[in-house]
Amino acid sequence: MRESQKLTCINCPMGCELEVSFTDSGEIIVSGYKCLKGLDYAKKEVMNPTRTITSSVPVVDGEMAMVSIRTDRDVPKKLIRDCMMLLKDMKVNAPISAGDIIIENICGTGVNFIATRSVRKK
Amino acid sequence: MYDSIIIGAGVIGANIARELARYDLKIAVLEKMSDVCEATSKGNSGIVHSGYDAKPGTLKAKYNLTGNQMMPELCRKLNIPFRQNGSLTIVFNQEKMAELEKLIERGIENGVSGLMILDRETTMKLEPNLNDAVVGSLYAPTAGIVDPFQLTIGPAEIAVQNGVKFFLSTEVTGLYKTKQGFLVKTNNGNFEALTVINAAGVFADDINNWISERKRLIRPRKGEYCLFDKEVGNLVEHTIFQLPSGVSKGVLVTPTAEGNLLIGPNSLPDNDKFDILTSAEGIQYVLDTAKKSVRNLPTNQIITGFAGLRASEKDGDFVLGEPEDVPGFFNALGIESPGLTAAPAIAVDLATWVAEYLRAQLKAEYIEKRVEYHRFADLSTQEKQELFKSDHDYGKVICRCELVTLAEIKNAIRRPLGATTLDGIKRRTRAGSGRCQGGFCSPRILEILSEELRKDIREIVKSSEKSTYLVGFDKDML
Amino acid sequence: MEYRDLVIIGAGPAGLAAAISAYEQGIRDILILERENFLGGILNQCVHNGFGLHTFHEELTGPEYASRYIDKLSDLKIEYMLETMVIDISEMRNVIAINEKRGVMEIQAGAIILAMGCRERPRGALNIPGSRPSGIYSAGTAQKFVNLDGYLPGREIVILGSGDIGLIMARRLTLEGVNVKMVLEILPYSSGLKRNIVQCLDDYDIPLKLSHTVTKIHGSERIEGVTVSQVDEDLMPIPGTETYVSCDALLLSVGLIPENELSRKANVTINPKTQGPIVNERLETSRPGIFACGNVLHVHDLVDYVSEEAALAGKNAADFIKNVSSEGLEVEIFAGDGVRYTVPNKVNPINVEKYLPVRFRVTKVFSQATVLVEFDNLPVHKKKKTIMTPGEMEQVFLPKSWFTERPFLRKITVRIEGDENA
Repeated sequence: MRESQKLTCINCPMGCELEVSFTDSGEIIVSGYKCLKGLDYAKKEVMNPTRTITSSVPVVDGEMAMVSIRTDRDVPKKLIRDCMMLLKDMKVNAPISAGDIIIENICGTGVNFIATRSVRKK
Repeated sequence: MYDSIIIGAGVIGANIARELARYDLKIAVLEKMSDVCEATSKGNSGIVHSGYDAKPGTLKAKYNLTGNQMMPELCRKLNIPFRQNGSLTIVFNQEKMAELEKLIERGIENGVSGLMILDRETTMKLEPNLNDAVVGSLYAPTAGIVDPFQLTIGPAEIAVQNGVKFFLSTEVTGLYKTKQGFLVKTNNGNFEALTVINAAGVFADDINNWISERKRLIRPRKGEYCLFDKEVGNLVEHTIFQLPSGVSKGVLVTPTAEGNLLIGPNSLPDNDKFDILTSAEGIQYVLDTAKKSVRNLPTNQIITGFAGLRASEKDGDFVLGEPEDVPGFFNALGIESPGLTAAPAIAVDLATWVAEYLRAQLKAEYIEKRVEYHRFADLSTQEKQELFKSDHDYGKVICRCELVTLAEIKNAIRRPLGATTLDGIKRRTRAGSGRCQGGFCSPRILEILSEELRKDIREIVKSSEKSTYLVGFDKDML
Repeated sequence: MEYRDLVIIGAGPAGLAAAISAYEQGIRDILILERENFLGGILNQCVHNGFGLHTFHEELTGPEYASRYIDKLSDLKIEYMLETMVIDISEMRNVIAINEKRGVMEIQAGAIILAMGCRERPRGALNIPGSRPSGIYSAGTAQKFVNLDGYLPGREIVILGSGDIGLIMARRLTLEGVNVKMVLEILPYSSGLKRNIVQCLDDYDIPLKLSHTVTKIHGSERIEGVTVSQVDEDLMPIPGTETYVSCDALLLSVGLIPENELSRKANVTINPKTQGPIVNERLETSRPGIFACGNVLHVHDLVDYVSEEAALAGKNAADFIKNVSSEGLEVEIFAGDGVRYTVPNKVNPINVEKYLPVRFRVTKVFSQATVLVEFDNLPVHKKKKTIMTPGEMEQVFLPKSWFTERPFLRKITVRIEGDENA
């Protein structure tokens, strides 16, 4: 049986302290929420927590030194560090347009790192 | 072999270097910090005292008066921000008015002119923001405010322009008599000289005691300050003192020559020579005491706090000239307040004595004028445009709070004894000394320093060797 | 001297939205003056996501949010000058600016929109005792180094202040490989969004220490550590709670200050509570024809509201230029119990279109309290709120009808009533 887990709801400044526990049959029991948003949030967070990753990488020959990037969809939370490692020592060449794919299919997730701004050539 | 070596590039060492450079001599200045003006000369009130406070007959009294008289001309010549704003020493009860009379008498004995007792009404008219409890004041019209950084950097530059060599990051570790003169050991090699001038601030006693049997003892007294935004720089027009305590002149409230408001200092005796930390209690004391002088002290406009050390010698006066047992070794020691005021006057005498000792001749050519520099912010719109035409870098504002342009920053780096650090830029141009304290401009200034000095940006420092800003590239540590 | 109908100072989110809105109201002679060498202001360094949910119903990063407006600006061919610093404004809307190409420029503006944004409070404002070494940065400066320049400001970092920028930087630096040791907050609550506390701190096991602050800075050259102390209810350090934490950088996220030095030069009256100009419902300052919006007016927590507010300023500046006059008397809006400030501070009911948005911040954390709007001391609106914190801007909308029903209205008050915490 999975151990129970404590979470803070992020949907409003209230920040309800949620407790999620699991029955033997794998059912999820959430307590501590004051509205249904909290229930949904807790379920998602224990089943499949995901995040968008954002960062910046150096640009070669660009009019800006760095280009900002993000994942085009959420990636599983546990893969955040692995995804970041892909960016180590990475450089991209100008010009870059917003939306350009910087790295495809990161860590086999099908998610891409994309540029969030355009950088012209110097 | 140098004719003369000056130890210390604070306001005393720099002014002596400038005066001594008038003579046909080979001169070096040794400074352990990475720039001039890095210790006591940067952490003080920036006041040009009128001279009523010093005990008559002391060197402090003598050089305060002369220094005060020299200051307007010197600052005009060297383009140093200075204003003769006058001072008011205020008292809060009627009995203390008699003490002001005594100060006037003392001032007259010291040769100070224009001193006057003002009643409550006149005092409040001059300074409407003073505390209501004020009953009267002593007005000293010859008191002023000066930029202590420029009062050091300006003369140091003149010295360089006239051939004096500055060795920065060069710490004196030993001093020995030789047949001809002196051997000065440093972390940067040995130097030999016929004469040595000791202007080593709070460490001057150590240097004296290495070589003279006439032992000296400096017990530094720490003073803490709060600096306020220029927005409130006009809270007072004059420098406001409370009655002096005998040990120090007390907590003052003053505009600075650059237009900020400054309060402080307290006076903490027997301080460690390396300790210039500020403390919560100290800052609180300064605030509380300043609040006795002025109403509505805008504490939410404080932009920075700092502390400095006064180089107090145990006998209480400046120690100038040769100890009996070491001819050719000249002290400028125990230079605490009014040391900043006295610096130009001390420098003239010290230089004269050294020159007489060396039987030196005045040079035929002596450069009086600093390499030109402009303070863009202070110019009229028309003057700004004229300057822009000469160099388009004046159109690029780097420090928005103090309105400092790229041209001024490049100039600060390229001029004699140019800045190599962020603090160096700040003290020469004011970039980073404003209300955001470098939040916006420091990244740009790091870049400019890196380009101009052809150094990796990670090697650019605030002041000393290890005071770096950037430690590596993103993801270096992944 | 040249003349321009509308001069906008600042091309951040406020300036951009104001320009587009003024254009849409028919103003063509617009000039935006921007001191940086890019449009979009601080959004450029806010590479994280979470912007635009309100406006575009999707989560954008800062640069993406900015580009929505920048693209529109270029479609409309609205003129702007980069690396141009405004150094003076007069009451009569005379603008003096400078740049590298043209030098000093003097421009007479029909109307001015102030959109200069804000700056971070520096260390000095906190009076933290100790030494003055290198390695102390405001969080925004560190953000610029990491996101725009690609440099790390330290390897072991302590962050003082749990505002959103501090929280965001805790995550950014962690992702870039830095050891973020803790985030300290002097108040008993964080002013940052819950979402940021969870996703920037909890996700990475970074401790948030509430009611804690830095009481001493150590290190003579570069910072070597800080003394951290717990504080009491009056925010005073509790003796005996000091612990030493080593670090090679300290980031400060301790508040933002609207940048109104130029506004003061134009003799615009400043509200000491917000440190931004006093404005009426048209976001016009005490100087006719000078408008203000965005963080220069009051510090916002959502850029969406900045854009919305700026659009209103743009429209009103356009009306001013077109000489649309308004009659009637202004009614003052007061911040009552529990309310720190309101924007606007005044309203001329005639100018209210469908409704008047009044934005405000509360003075402390309220739970199960009621927002009360009073017209001449009589309640006209009550809304119960589960939670309100000083960190999140609140708003109420006052419909036009409330004003038409009360032609002799003298005073509006917004206050908070009832509090479970009290």
